[in-house]
Amino acid sequence: MKILVPVKRVVDYNIKPRVKADGSGVETAGVKMSMNPFDEIAVEEAVRLREKGAASEVVVVSIGVQQAQDTLRTAMAMGADRAILVLTDESPEPLAVAKVLKTLVEKEGPSLVVLGKQAIDDDMNATGQMLAGLLGWGQGTFASKVDVVDGRVNVSREIDGGTEQVSLALPAIITADLRLNEPRYASLPNIMKAKKKPLETIPAADLGVDMTPRLTVVSVAEPAERKAGIKVGSATELVEKLRNEAKVI
Amino acid sequence: MSEPVRESMEFDVVIVGGGPAGLAAAIRLRQLSPQTSVCLIEKGSEIGAHIVSGAVIEPRALAELLPDWRERGAPLDTPVTAEDMFYLTETGSIRVPMLDKVMPHMANHGNYIVSLGEVCRWLAVQAEELGVEIYPGFAGAEVLIERNRVVGVATGDMGVGRDGKPGPNYQPGMELRGRYTLFAEGCRGSLTKQVMAHYDLRKDADPQTYGLGIKEVWEIPAENHRPGLVQHSFGWPLDNGTYGGAWLYHFGENLVSYGFVIGLDYANTWLSPFEEMQRVKLHLAFRQHLEGGRRISYGARALSEGGLQSIPRLTFPGGALIGDSAGFLNVPKIKGTHTSMKSGMLAAEAVVDAMKTDRAEPGSYTQKVRQSWLWQELRTARNIRPAFARFGAMGGAVYAGLDAMVLRGRAPWTLHFKHQDNETLRAADLCAKPFYPKPDGKLTFDRLSSVFLSATNHEEDQPVHLRLKNPSLWKTVNWDVFHAPEARYCPAGVYEVADEQTAPHLQINAQNCVHCKTCDIKDPTQNIDWTTPEGGGGPNYPAGM
Repeated sequence: MKILVPVKRVVDYNIKPRVKADGSGVETAGVKMSMNPFDEIAVEEAVRLREKGAASEVVVVSIGVQQAQDTLRTAMAMGADRAILVLTDESPEPLAVAKVLKTLVEKEGPSLVVLGKQAIDDDMNATGQMLAGLLGWGQGTFASKVDVVDGRVNVSREIDGGTEQVSLALPAIITADLRLNEPRYASLPNIMKAKKKPLETIPAADLGVDMTPRLTVVSVAEPAERKAGIKVGSATELVEKLRNEAKVI
Repeated sequence: MSEPVRESMEFDVVIVGGGPAGLAAAIRLRQLSPQTSVCLIEKGSEIGAHIVSGAVIEPRALAELLPDWRERGAPLDTPVTAEDMFYLTETGSIRVPMLDKVMPHMANHGNYIVSLGEVCRWLAVQAEELGVEIYPGFAGAEVLIERNRVVGVATGDMGVGRDGKPGPNYQPGMELRGRYTLFAEGCRGSLTKQVMAHYDLRKDADPQTYGLGIKEVWEIPAENHRPGLVQHSFGWPLDNGTYGGAWLYHFGENLVSYGFVIGLDYANTWLSPFEEMQRVKLHLAFRQHLEGGRRISYGARALSEGGLQSIPRLTFPGGALIGDSAGFLNVPKIKGTHTSMKSGMLAAEAVVDAMKTDRAEPGSYTQKVRQSWLWQELRTARNIRPAFARFGAMGGAVYAGLDAMVLRGRAPWTLHFKHQDNETLRAADLCAKPFYPKPDGKLTFDRLSSVFLSATNHEEDQPVHLRLKNPSLWKTVNWDVFHAPEARYCPAGVYEVADEQTAPHLQINAQNCVHCKTCDIKDPTQNIDWTTPEGGGGPNYPAGM
């Protein structure tokens, strides 16, 4: 069984994002980029499935600029076997990403696609679901546990107030939630070895997918700064302030 | 008990540290000897992540290393167009006239205002194109010495819990073995310190003296931006016995680099470099540049100020010290990038020499340094910083002026440093407390909101990387005599005194550490040992730093 894992290069989670002075987006020039943390979890899960013998090959794919190679190398250092980079200077929307992935699924023929549930830059949470829709496959989103048994995959899903168990026929789509696993470190020897693993680059245009954006960004602004709090002397004063100043009770 | 076996890999040259010195050495090695395998490790999560500098740089070494740096798109985009030096008083400022005559070291014609982090990222791309293997996110944690020869370094283990036991993600470190190892860790490198001790490299040198630089990057309204403007100050708020001053550079797209350097040989235990740095922004000479802007980044780093007299022996069997690990900063110029790069290039040449005859020690490095412009420069500058240590700020300034105009750096004498920086603090009850205004949240800030902007992160579950060699000394020396100076000199709020009234003890918030190394230098009994935390930890300085 082959597993396909799409990974996205995003602004590193340690970085405080800064809105560009003209409000057109978030500053990414010179900013540290790394793999979307949910995608790391997806890679880890796929590698574990292969290590358990449930899968034979893990292929990682990224859609983006040349530097997304670094993200793919990291995924291979974690254990993925090979990588595909779909090269584009655009930043495609989830629908376009899903369409690109669909063509790759048709080409590669995986039985399972494991994605991060969302990317931490745009928080869309849409690609996995759209891909399932386009392919007509079953989907187990927000997965916190994954078991492959007898040609089916059982997924525990994190839902409001608990977990839901679903059982999907393969092929299927899984999106990884935070508690699915704790991704391993890419060790230095493995990073060295990953440099020699195969990485195929495909120009996005060669896939013949309509990647025209459907969305327009009107403006991007930073959240309003939080006002400093005050200390109250007593419960009575608190109630008084909540009633008369904040007018919430 | 069986230890998990570390993997190991052989290279011709291993370089520890991805700053200007290490990268320049790597590039030079591959230029001179393309078949030489070169591996460079960097403890920051990426190249540039731990780089803090003003920075006005002199492109001399860069032009020697990569003569076509312009065509290759080096990020040296803002030439210096105007410069001012102010002597500050609390309410006023006096502009130093004829700056190029009185302080020729400060003449910045032909120099560029840069983000040194960006320059390093660019240098790394050049190095990788030449076939250098660069591994950021891995800290050199151990020097490998066999039969009295340095044979490489080992990276730190990853995934070790706070209790020192391997966690579920444990990955043992890796031995990077090299025929030659170059230490380019910058000022006060933790492995350099071990190498210096092992080979007694400081035997014939003056004690090293240091400074602490604290920096902010601001984005200011376009109408106030004057790209290429360089401004320095000395005088207020420091007293006559304390060496230091502020800088302000307009560069890039509406960016301003503001910062403050203070000599770590200061005496007043109540002094707080961070708060001095904050309050200088309230002075009209600086305020007028920053008002209406917003602060976008923050960082700090110690630098070596000893100059020529404090340079240790540079080589040992199996390797050499380069850049600020050795202490090649030119203090009166307040520049070390060009000298660091030059030292890296010279060491690379010496290593190539040594490889030919398979000599253990790349000894020709010392000779090459002494015959280069790097040595000339440091020789000319050698008396200025010690003059400040000896005669105070005013006396030092007068000496510097005389040295520049009359002696022209050719004085027949050499002034020496007598003390290590940890020996200069005076007891708390002998010192006057400076008054520091509360942060206003617009121009001035507190430590924690500052550290936040350095994007510092350490894996929380790991052993504390700041170690007290003798924990009981803290109470009897640091607290009883000096009243916890570490709580003030640390620019990142790592050191806190807990239960001050009842049972004072030291709390170490190691996750905040921005890797400036000041505590390793200034602690009165050198009781604090800065060791490398897990690789990839520490600040993540963005573009502009």
